[in-house]
Amino acid sequence: MGVVTPGFQGRARSGNPRLPPGQYLAEDFPVLSAGPTPRVRTETWEFAVTTEKGDKHTWSWAELMALPSEKPTVDIHCVTQWSKLDTRWRGVAIDTLVGGLDTEADYVLVHSYGGYTTNLPLADLLDGQAWIAYEYDGKPLTPEHGGPARLLVPHLYFWKSAKWVRGLELKTRDEPGFWENVGYHDYGDPWREQRYQGD
Amino acid sequence: MARTAVSGRLAWRVARLAEIRDETPTARTLVFDLPGWPGHLAGQHVDVRLTAADGYRAQRSYSLAAPANGDRVELTIQRVADGEVSEHLTGPYAIGDPIEIRGPIGGWFAWHPQNPEPVLLIAGGSGIVPLMAMIRARRAAGVRTPFKLIYSLRTPAEQYYADELRTPVAGLDITYVYTRELPEGRPGIPRRIDVATLNTAAWPAEFGATTFICGPTAFVETAADILLALGHDPHQIRTERFGPSRD
Repeated sequence: MGVVTPGFQGRARSGNPRLPPGQYLAEDFPVLSAGPTPRVRTETWEFAVTTEKGDKHTWSWAELMALPSEKPTVDIHCVTQWSKLDTRWRGVAIDTLVGGLDTEADYVLVHSYGGYTTNLPLADLLDGQAWIAYEYDGKPLTPEHGGPARLLVPHLYFWKSAKWVRGLELKTRDEPGFWENVGYHDYGDPWREQRYQGD
Repeated sequence: MARTAVSGRLAWRVARLAEIRDETPTARTLVFDLPGWPGHLAGQHVDVRLTAADGYRAQRSYSLAAPANGDRVELTIQRVADGEVSEHLTGPYAIGDPIEIRGPIGGWFAWHPQNPEPVLLIAGGSGIVPLMAMIRARRAAGVRTPFKLIYSLRTPAEQYYADELRTPVAGLDITYVYTRELPEGRPGIPRRIDVATLNTAAWPAEFGATTFICGPTAFVETAADILLALGHDPHQIRTERFGPSRD
């Protein structure tokens, strides 16, 4: 137990088993980004998966739309302490995009329009755990929430769910992304409160 | 992108409240004694942790309001209606009371006094806090980097750091935008930040200024969109947002 602050009682304990430690429920949908919101047109949008050998596979917006989609309903958790339950998305599973590729990569560096990057183990994007999402709550994803398409990896802190996603770079070695380079945790498990390096 | 050195786990340190300065009826600056503080850059933030007698904890992030100054750390806290942490810190929290703080966190929304480029600061409401740390860091470092501050607030009574900002500083231009109520005697009508404001009060795009925008989401979106439309380089614009989104 930490140092007790006299008189602090806190709010009624929610005891919600779906809330990771230290998180509170948000009713709205806060926005966090490091710079201006890129306005990405679907006419010129392109998504690329590059393997560690340099093989590049690309999808246009029309090609992405033609792939089988899924409608995950998931809880999301931001490192700034808010969580949002039962968020409804539509998108293409990462399995669908990288499933057939010849790769021995263990890591992924995600690239976004605007220059943002974030890193994850490839295993965390597979087996129905992650999507390229293009709808939220039944509507096209708005630019401030990462539209036209963002990565959705609900089991990790939400900075891993890169907005304005433009590609996945498969790698045999882990390489930190944007926030990971300035001290945020390499993995980011909300249930273990992995906020910063060393947590 | 600069890598900020972080070694090991960020330690929680026990801080004690040393000084209170009321900024507005709903916001106060808290000055802490924080032994062992490693120092920080203007614009960085900390995590603050309160623990109740039964062990319950609540943790929030707050921007540092002043540059590094030994074991002294300043935060300015706006009371949020029903805000579990902010209501305690702007209310019963008293001189000498302990709290836990860890940091500094964030090396992106931060200004280094050795950076020579002009700086544009755009604050919406309590978004002034990390930007004020940059203004104070400029003064503390004794540098002449040209600064412009555009500070949008609802009414004159909601201004933070009013006395300090009233004192003229060479090389720091301040433009106020009032969205609900103007100061007495000021002509015009209340309005929000717009193209005309930024066209007049911001640096021209070709000056290559580093821009820091902090405020509610809709405010930050508006200001950043206008700067892009005026030709500013998106990579020179750094943002920090809080509060709900528009939809």
